[in-house]
Amino acid sequence: MSTPLLEIANLRVSFPTQKGMIDVVRGVSFTLGRERLGIVGESGSGKSMTGRAILKLIRAPGTIRADTFRFDGIDLLQQSERAMRRIRGARISMVMQDPKFSLNPVMTVGEQIAEALQTHQRLPRRETRQRVLTMLEAVRIDDPERVASLYPHEISGGMGQRVMIAMMLIPEPDLLIADEPTSALDVSVQAQVLDIIDEQVKRKGMGLIFISHDLNLVSSYCDRILVMNTGEIVEECQAGELRNAVHPYTRGLIAAIPRLDETREELPVLDRSAWVAQ
Amino acid sequence: MTALSLNNLDISYGETQITHGISLDIAEGESFALVGESGSGKSTVLKAIAGLAPQWTGSITAFGQPRTHGIDQHFARHCQMVFQDPYGSLHPRKTIDAILSEPLAIHGIGNQNGRVEDMLVAVGLDRKFRFRYPHQLSGGQRQRVAIARALMLEPKLLLLDEPTSALDVSVQAEILNLLKRLRREQNLTFLMVTHNLPVVSFLCDRLAVMRHGRIVEIADVADLKRGALQETYSRELMDISVAHAG
Repeated sequence: MSTPLLEIANLRVSFPTQKGMIDVVRGVSFTLGRERLGIVGESGSGKSMTGRAILKLIRAPGTIRADTFRFDGIDLLQQSERAMRRIRGARISMVMQDPKFSLNPVMTVGEQIAEALQTHQRLPRRETRQRVLTMLEAVRIDDPERVASLYPHEISGGMGQRVMIAMMLIPEPDLLIADEPTSALDVSVQAQVLDIIDEQVKRKGMGLIFISHDLNLVSSYCDRILVMNTGEIVEECQAGELRNAVHPYTRGLIAAIPRLDETREELPVLDRSAWVAQ
Repeated sequence: MTALSLNNLDISYGETQITHGISLDIAEGESFALVGESGSGKSTVLKAIAGLAPQWTGSITAFGQPRTHGIDQHFARHCQMVFQDPYGSLHPRKTIDAILSEPLAIHGIGNQNGRVEDMLVAVGLDRKFRFRYPHQLSGGQRQRVAIARALMLEPKLLLLDEPTSALDVSVQAEILNLLKRLRREQNLTFLMVTHNLPVVSFLCDRLAVMRHGRIVEIADVADLKRGALQETYSRELMDISVAHAG
């Protein structure tokens, strides 16, 4: 591997409050190749903000600072809004949490997916349509012709999320950021949606950043895991090594998950003072 | 004594029939889970019991008293519900104090001040939260308020609709511990809907697996822990759960 896809050093995202600037991401550094990286943490740990910062989707008055912030050799901090629009979607795209709120309710599914493609490429109408149908098939939608003509309220949550994935993948980006892509779905559909993301990422050789609070889920779908707490990376490990995590926060998170063969009378609760003192 | 008994319950929304012949008996003090994927009708069963889906036939009996189709004050005293989404189930313009006092006012129960204070302590919320609004609280704190509201009338049966699925794993552990403790202290009966089998394993004694509006299997949680569910569909659900645990 020559240059990594994404190089981030000392990323800080801050918001002004009445008490002065608050850093919600505090000096995060990592590099990403064409691999699957998981970012795990509780709400408020800054994991989603890290994901959004990569697309420069932090609105003013929020600010992004970093020592290095490069995607495929491009310094993202130097890019204008206009230049960013050419990168978003086409080169880096993001699957959001809830299909109910992320799809346009007054456009058919097919039109929305086509729009994602046409924003970045000029193609004849027939070819666009063909690509949309092929993409829908790739995310395992059975009757793509019919589904393409439906509106978002006419499809289920799982199908909505597959449509979102189709929309994000159709411009063939190099990096996909999936922010809690399955937390609005139930367990049986979750596995399906993640398998689809996984299959597409592998086939196209993309990089994937998978943001979630579910440690088990992340460890089964990623190669490498970053654990975030209060805006900092507290632990980095290979997915297979998660069981041997050393940081008390990571260990606390793992212990708090009930197991199928649960015998504990009470679940251990995170003792937040344990690592704040360190 | 039987806490809740459902007999041949068919629930419909308009023309569409959602459940087909649901029959269940839950003993007093038992914790029972309904599991299944979205659309299996599990939440609809809870709604019918709580009176939110009034179009049903068959019978719903709680503590020997049959439930009527309309608003049933007597029933409400014994049976309360905690909803899935703590962000959507609390009135945004009422303080925690007002939210917790309302059931008392409706049922004409005195000593509101003392009861609200005691309940905040019981669910592990600091007193300073009493006069705050829901938006000033985190998801876990809101779910504590929702549980407190359900418990204000000292019901004996609590209906739980995915009480932790909107929460982080660390907060989920806190809420599950709280539910377990409250059940022990107040001798509550739980009927919980969830798709998370490990949560069932932690909190429940028995479970019913639902699919397409029908109960496929009723089993002891001990069987779930041993991986000894009988029906093919139940085993599928279990396999997905195991695969996820990595």
